Amino acid sequence: MLSADIQTIMPELVLSIYAIVGLMGAVYTVKDGAAGLLTWGTAGVFILLAVWIGINGDGSTTAFGGMFVDDAFARFAKIVILVSAAVVLLMSEGYMQQRGLLKFEYPLLVALAVVGMMVMVSAGDLMVLYMGLELQSLSLYVVASLRRDSVKSTEAGLKYFVLGALSSGLLLYGASLVYGYTGTTLFSGIIATVEQGVSLGLLFGIVFLLAGFAFKISAAPFHMWTPDVYEGSPTPVTAFFATAPKMAAMALFARVVHDAFGGIVGDWQQIVAFLSVVSMFLGAIAAIGQRDIKRLMAYSSIAHMGFALMGLAAGTALGVQAMLVYMAIYVTMNVGTFALILTMEKDGRPVTDIYALKQYSKTQPLMALVMLCLMFSLAGVPPLLGFFGKFYVLQAAYDAGLGWLAVAGVIASVIGAFYYIRIVYFMYFGEDTEALDGSPAPVLWLTAVACGAIVAVAWVPGINLFGVDPFAATAAAALVK
Amino acid sequence: METIILFAPLVGALLCGFGWKFIGETTAQWVATSLLFLAAILSWIVFLTFDGTTESITILRWIESGTLSTDWAIRMDRLTAIMLIVITTVSALVHLYSFGYMAHDDHFAKGVSYRPRFFAYLSFFTFAMLMLVTSDNLIQMFFGWEGVGVASYLLIGFYYKKPSANAAAIKAFVVNRVGDFGFALGIFGIYWVTDSVKFEDIFAMTPQLAEMTMPFLWAEWNVANLLAFLLFVGAMGKSAQLLLHTWLPDAMEGPTPVSALIHAATMVTAGVFLVCRMSPLYEYAPETQQFIVFLGATTAFFAATVGLVQNDIKRVIAYSTCSQLGYMFVAAGVGVYSVAMFHLLTHAFFKAMLFLGAGSVIHGMHHEQDMRNYGGLKDKMPYTFWAMMIGTLAITGVGIPLLYIGFPIGFAGFVSKDAIIESAFAADAGYAFWMLVVAAFMTSFYSWRLMFLTFYGEPRGDKHTHEHAHESPGTMLTPLAVLSVGAIFSGMVFYGPFFGSDEKVGKFFGYIEATEKTEDTAMGFSLIAPAYAAGEETDDHSDDGGKETPIQQPGEGAIYHNPDNHVLHDAHYVPNWVKLSPFIVMVAGFALAWLMYIRRPDLPAKLAEQQRPLYNFLLNKWYFDELYDFVFVRPAIAIGNFLWKRGDMGVIDGGINGLAMGVVPFFTRLLGRMQSGYIFTYAFAMVIGIAVLLTWVSLSGGAN
Repeated sequence: MLSADIQTIMPELVLSIYAIVGLMGAVYTVKDGAAGLLTWGTAGVFILLAVWIGINGDGSTTAFGGMFVDDAFARFAKIVILVSAAVVLLMSEGYMQQRGLLKFEYPLLVALAVVGMMVMVSAGDLMVLYMGLELQSLSLYVVASLRRDSVKSTEAGLKYFVLGALSSGLLLYGASLVYGYTGTTLFSGIIATVEQGVSLGLLFGIVFLLAGFAFKISAAPFHMWTPDVYEGSPTPVTAFFATAPKMAAMALFARVVHDAFGGIVGDWQQIVAFLSVVSMFLGAIAAIGQRDIKRLMAYSSIAHMGFALMGLAAGTALGVQAMLVYMAIYVTMNVGTFALILTMEKDGRPVTDIYALKQYSKTQPLMALVMLCLMFSLAGVPPLLGFFGKFYVLQAAYDAGLGWLAVAGVIASVIGAFYYIRIVYFMYFGEDTEALDGSPAPVLWLTAVACGAIVAVAWVPGINLFGVDPFAATAAAALVK
Repeated sequence: METIILFAPLVGALLCGFGWKFIGETTAQWVATSLLFLAAILSWIVFLTFDGTTESITILRWIESGTLSTDWAIRMDRLTAIMLIVITTVSALVHLYSFGYMAHDDHFAKGVSYRPRFFAYLSFFTFAMLMLVTSDNLIQMFFGWEGVGVASYLLIGFYYKKPSANAAAIKAFVVNRVGDFGFALGIFGIYWVTDSVKFEDIFAMTPQLAEMTMPFLWAEWNVANLLAFLLFVGAMGKSAQLLLHTWLPDAMEGPTPVSALIHAATMVTAGVFLVCRMSPLYEYAPETQQFIVFLGATTAFFAATVGLVQNDIKRVIAYSTCSQLGYMFVAAGVGVYSVAMFHLLTHAFFKAMLFLGAGSVIHGMHHEQDMRNYGGLKDKMPYTFWAMMIGTLAITGVGIPLLYIGFPIGFAGFVSKDAIIESAFAADAGYAFWMLVVAAFMTSFYSWRLMFLTFYGEPRGDKHTHEHAHESPGTMLTPLAVLSVGAIFSGMVFYGPFFGSDEKVGKFFGYIEATEKTEDTAMGFSLIAPAYAAGEETDDHSDDGGKETPIQQPGEGAIYHNPDNHVLHDAHYVPNWVKLSPFIVMVAGFALAWLMYIRRPDLPAKLAEQQRPLYNFLLNKWYFDELYDFVFVRPAIAIGNFLWKRGDMGVIDGGINGLAMGVVPFFTRLLGRMQSGYIFTYAFAMVIGIAVLLTWVSLSGGAN
């Protein structure tokens, strides 16, 4: 029995042991001297685990009496998390090294956060859910304030921690309400109970739960921490925040609403739709005023979370599929964009002002082109990849009878297109500024070009979005029964 | 050969329009002109050797979309053959004429190359017109229809620096769009009910169409009548019939050769051609036919009255054109399509000649167009005078009535116009008959008035101009000579095939097969395209049709006559007073004109003084322009202004700008301010969010 359970959680187990061993090993030996090696090693372990999960995983198994679920949905999310975390780690190495930030704790904290995320997406029980969430969050709090000598960085970490604690409180309160009204913390038990009727107390529980998740995915109005934390954290950490944890939290969101409350879609649909529409508009409108590209990307991610939530709001398998595709696309675009942001520097110092991008097309034509593809893709201009993500969620929402939400999404997308295209405008038509200097490191160059190429050619017949669609369909089918 | 005829003008237009910089201005003009002459010669060969059998020549596949399939194809039948000679002959002569007429033009600064452009437009127009008449389906016809519209627009506005020319060009284009809207609706309707735009298929369906009804504008209509009417709306626009006629007089702003080619001889007859082409449909649409007769007769009358008092030499001829088109429509409306085509043919000759003659006068008088400033030009321009004289004799219908020696003796207009008047009488269209007779009287009057004012009496107006008045060069006189041959003889020569016995006309238009062909197999005398004949019921009919008196099937031959339609036959047996009446009114018109402009030149002024309201009414063309200005133009401008200033600038621009530059930035600033950096603000926002969600859930979801 136990061996079967262990078998099921083997990837998480392996990663945890790796983190602990790495931590102990580094502490008692060369400390920061091993940071570079550990970064590469961790990225390697992530990749290996992703491959392992991809190849080995099959069907749906549960462990520990249903508290841990390993299904196609979890595997899809885990692969996205692992791969994006690995790429972000590789991107970080040079940047952190250069600025003396490359501590050996960094890759290990990331590894622990990833363990938390993997537990989150596989959670089959409110307790396990909370455990994974907190493991992830605590690791992220620390990573956010990695730059201990910087006021902004520590402030970011602190803000994140305090607000995160508040959101955990909300989430726990919701969990206790749900437990109180259903008598179980197991999702399989909850779903069986709510079919006999939903009381107002249970609904309150759902609201608190969802509020906690909304905080993690930075959906409005629980988004307030995002711009500050994105801006204050070192850029590689921001890149990490914008990718893997978003995927994990969104998957967790989907997991709970479908596994635990799949029978009462009508009751949570409106909440999700509300979060979606507020996020889309807030992200689109607030980003217009931003000059700092990291803050801008923060609002951008808020808007994108709104779109992903739109897929979720549909409450159908198609909606979950659309959400997964959207998230995969979103992660790809963000990795590429942050790779480019990491290359932005002048006189060896990082620059995050978008006005510094003026004339970028003259100094770095290829990078500017990649940026152009990514920005247009983020804005959802066909035939780039981002368009298909938006198209899927809009279609899912429309098919589910949420026509108004789809219309709102289109309007928000139009407003949001402004700030993406403004960056393109600066790069190609902006005038007289001191251009950025420095040439991109090979890893960053490779990542940016690869992501740019992916978003640019995904529509080509025969490539078909790199086949992500059928995987997402399988994953969605596993979740929505 | 037909293909060469069709594309020679296009090649000419392209070479001349785009290539003149490489081959030189004069060469370019010659290229276009000689290609047109080539087309004209080939057209005459085709016309004379054509045996009346309908052929279809496919050039290329054009549209294949669902059941809509259209080829670029030539439908070669008698109608096409007639139109070919009319178009290419007049066009070739106009090209030649333009060498002289366009040699110097004060509208363009020295050194501006306007001539190749002019010739290219002319050739392009010819191509489009040929496209229109050779088409074997409605879509291609519509293409040609719009093509001539564009060419007409370009040529009317040829003096693009002249505001009145631009206004006239726009007016012509817009008024034609009104007609084209009807035409397009007709095409859509035909496609909707017959599932085809090919003439063959449509014609075969016409008997069924007469039985069907379809909804249109909140009412049920007989399909044949409705579609025929919609098509006729297009014809009204193109052929300047009443209500949609206002553009034609203004179109005289274009250079005179253009007026001769487009606005007298060819394009404006497209409407008549359309009705004749669709004769199988019109034969099944009696109510629409009645409407056509009524409108044609009224137009003939109306335009003639206006022509009485115009002073601009070209406007007189323009209204005359409008009036003569009315005649043609009456003929088409009463079901004698051959007569309509007959008048179309003769009219093309003498009207083109009148225009070119007028152009010669204008050219000689240094672009003076007011007839009140002419007078006594007979000796200054003898050739032009004689040409105009022949044209006038032709249009007024001079001939020897009641004499018949295998054909009547008289000028072209005499034969064809009398044929129309007799047909109108034979068809029991009393209103049309009397209108046409009165119009013939007025035609005679205004034509002779034009002659007397221009060539007789004392020179009036600017002395200097009169002193320098000169005869036109050979390039301008040659076309006049050629056309005068047509104006004199075309009526007599073509009397038989167009208005002779039923058999002659039938053979000519290919719906009674020639006797020597009765021995042939079905394929040999198949009057319709083989593809259509195969497997159709009519095929069987054709087999024995040659021996007995055939009952014509729609689509056989170039024109179709209902079995009940005996107008062509009856027209030959009208009483003598009917045959005499046009002649009598012609003489009366001449006499009156002579009295007023030669004998007592002071009379017209007195009369105008006495009958001031009537005179003003006619001079202002029955106030149609003013009426339209009031009813359509001003409201349209007002609506346009409203939509532009309030709608576009106010609501749309204001809304978008307000949203993009006011509302969105406001919220951006607001959100920026909310992002205070203080944790308690953030926490507060989260709590507010929770509170909102809980409230919402309590209000909506709590019920269950």
